Order: sequence, then structure tokens, then C-alpha cells
Amino acid sequence: MAEFWSGFLLPLIIMVLQILAITVPLLVAVAFMTYAERKIMGAMQLRQGPAIVGPFGLMQPFADGLKLFAKEQILPEGANRIVFYVAPMLTFFLALIAWAVIPFDYGVVLSNINVGVLYLFAISSLGVYGIVMAGWASNSRYAFLGALRSAAQMVSYEVSMGLIIITVLLCVGSLNLTDIVRAQETVWFCIPLLPMFVMFFISALAETNRAPFDLPEGESELVAGFMVEYSSAPFALFFLGEYANMILMSAMTSILFLGGWLPPLPFAPFTWVPGIVWFALKIAFCLFTYVWVRATVPRYRYDQLMRLGWKVFLPLSLFWVVLTAGVLVTFGWLPK
Amino acid sequence: MAFLDRAARSLFLTELLGGMALTLRYMFKPKVTINYPYEKGPISSRFRGEHVLRRYANGEERCIACKLCEAVCPALAITIEAEPRDDGSRRTTRYDIDMTKCIYCGLCQEACPVDAVVMGPNFEFSTESREELFYNKQKLLANGDRWEAEIAQNLAAEAPYR
Repeated sequence: MAEFWSGFLLPLIIMVLQILAITVPLLVAVAFMTYAERKIMGAMQLRQGPAIVGPFGLMQPFADGLKLFAKEQILPEGANRIVFYVAPMLTFFLALIAWAVIPFDYGVVLSNINVGVLYLFAISSLGVYGIVMAGWASNSRYAFLGALRSAAQMVSYEVSMGLIIITVLLCVGSLNLTDIVRAQETVWFCIPLLPMFVMFFISALAETNRAPFDLPEGESELVAGFMVEYSSAPFALFFLGEYANMILMSAMTSILFLGGWLPPLPFAPFTWVPGIVWFALKIAFCLFTYVWVRATVPRYRYDQLMRLGWKVFLPLSLFWVVLTAGVLVTFGWLPK
Repeated sequence: MAFLDRAARSLFLTELLGGMALTLRYMFKPKVTINYPYEKGPISSRFRGEHVLRRYANGEERCIACKLCEAVCPALAITIEAEPRDDGSRRTTRYDIDMTKCIYCGLCQEACPVDAVVMGPNFEFSTESREELFYNKQKLLANGDRWEAEIAQNLAAEAPYR
């Protein structure tokens, strides 16, 4: 019995608590991200944004959530019942499990695996499945077209994103996310690799289907893209998954380029602040920029999107991989 | 050179950054919207809102059933029936306005010789059913009693121009 307790049950409980400690704040962050987005967009358009529910409208996300879950679930005629309901679950699930390898501070990570970057990349690539399944199972032209676009877009931008990550890996010499952050103790990678940082950010926008690359749900032509047939809880899952993905991409940007939990300057007043706060601040900054871009830039046309991905980002990132590798070898800066 | 210029511009994202700077500046400007149900914008004294039927100060209704409003109404929204009252004065027995037909042109209040039918300042009279928008005489007179103060003020303000 004691063996069962110490060998199985106790680790299980600890693991579940750790998972909850990541998931619950993440979901709260998602909820308030929707609020922040509406507030910031409102401010940039000289509007007020939500201001009625609770003080400053702070309860708005919960009112929205409650509304969504109280609505009727509709299964479209001819839809594949199982795939239709699995798709949003998959999207949500993938958006959550990626957080297992994100280091919040030195040593504060659920599973410190050696191939962290690869794992993140694999998970974010799998995100396409949720969308394609949703589009196909809905038995609707709009949803199908939206899913096709989304799949093409995510695959295109993953290519250049992979090359950008390779540049970072060249400078670090490890796929472990903790090692990547620690390699930035002297200087954050966003400074020596500034063009890559900008390209990574733009690719992240495309990867998460955010404006100006929100073609999969371009309402002017596709109504709501792949989630046009979804309502109620499945829609909420898509919504949560999408925003969780945005936060994940921001976390990835922070880890790869903005020095993760490291303070901006390595001395007294900055080092007093715990690393997790710095990490959260960096994520918040990235998310703010997401919203900022959305409030500024009009939507890309589809051919422009593809041109940017294949004809601009791919050659540029390839060039920078070669350049970075060349510089590292020439000056003998390759990490040991 | 023009090619280089254009390439440099798009590579360094100058236009994009300029646009982002603009939106950021706008973020700190004062908001132009108001908290509508709690705050309301100003309304002109010529505003054409919900119709009312007015009364004289002694409580007698103004309408003399001349049917000019019914005749002028381009949407045929007004229906009037009239007959002499016991004291011999000509009054309406029925005065209906179909608010779903009304186009808020204001011709009825222009036509009225005794300022009986007037479009008041109220614009918040949405209802949950269509039937509630078929106003009868009773409803219109009640509206008149409710909005008399504002309407009298508006009419006085507009008097020099009529």
C-alpha cells in the first residue's frame, strides 16, 4: 500500500496539480486576452470597448463564456458527427499540451525535454489537423474552403518558421528551451537576429491565423471560415484553442528571441523581479503587438499571402541561416 | 534606384511601422463614444421622434379632426375617424398611427393647424412585438402628457422660423 502511495499515487497527484497550475492560469489568460483585445482595439479606434459588465467591463469574458455555453449545439445535416466534435477538442487539446515544455523560470518547467523546440514545432504543426477536420466534417463549402486556405497558409509559414528556428538553434547548440534562454544571458537574440525576430513574429501571426493573415476566417468572403458551422461549446473550444495558440506563440517568441524569464538588464532593480513575471510581461508585450497589428493592418489578399511566404520569407530566412552559420564558423563562435 | 528605394522601404517595413505608430498615438486620444444608455448625446429641437397628441392647458385635446395629417401622410400611416361630440365640437373618435409604416418625415406636424400632432424628442420606443407599434389615440395622448414639457420648449424654440 505504501509502495502504491509513494510510487504511483503521490507522483500522479503532484503531476495533476502541476498541470492544473499551468492550465488554469492559461485559461484565465485566454479569457482576459479576449477582453484586452477588445479594449485595445477599441482604444485604437477611439471607442470604449466593453465597459458595462463588472468594473471596467472586466467580467465581460465570463459573460461571453457563459453565453457561449448556454447556446444550442447545432450539428449540420450531412456532417460527420464524430469528426465534427473531435476537431475542436483536438485544437484545444493541442493548444494546451504544448505548454508542457515551456520554461516559466529557471527549472520551472513541467517536462524539461531535450527536444523542446522540436516538440513545440510538432505540436503547432498538428494544429492544422483540427482545422482541416473541422472544415471537412462540417459539410459546408465555406468551412471547407476556409480549412483549405488555413492548411495551405500554416504549412507555408511553417517552412520559413523552421528555418528561423534553425538560426536560433545554431547560436545555442541545443534544442532544450531552458538552454535556449540561458544562452541569451549576454544578449537577447532579438538584437543580433533582429530580421529573424521580425520574420518570426510575422510568421507567428500567419501561423495563428491572426490579422492581417486571418484569411481562413475572412468574414467578407467565407463568413467565418472553418468554424462557420460551429456553435456553443465546440465553438468556444475553437476560440479558446486559437487564443491559447496565440499565447503559446508569444511564449515561443519570448523564449527564442526575448530571453524568456531573463530580466532586460542583469543588475539589481531588475533581478529582484522574479523571472516568471518577466516572462509574463514579455508574453503580454507580444500579445499586445498582435492586437496592435490587428488594429492597424488590413487583411492580405490570398495570393499576396502566398507570395510573402514562399517568395520573400523563405529565401530571406534561408539566406540568414547561411549567413549566421557562416559568421559563426568564420569567427569560431559556434557553441561548444 | 527606384527599385532599390522600393525594396529598402518594404524590407525595413517603414510604412508598416508608420501605420503602427499612428494607431498607437490614437490609442491615447480621448474616446469619441459615449456610454449610451447612461449618457445621451444632444438632440436638436427639430428632432423628429415618436409622435404625440397634445392637449390644451385646460386638459382639452387639441385635435379638431381636420384630417390634414391623414391626407398629407405619404406613408398612409394615419387613420382618423371623427364625429361631433355631445357638446357639438368636432373631435376624433379614432386616431391611429401605424408606427411601422411611418417614415418620420414630419409632414403631419407641419400640416397640423393647431399643433396637436407633434413629433417629440423620444426615440427610445422599441417594442417586443409589432402590435405594440400600432398606436391608438389613447397611447398618443398619453405620450403627449408625458413629453409636454420638452415639446412645448422645442416648439417655442422653433417658433421664430415657422
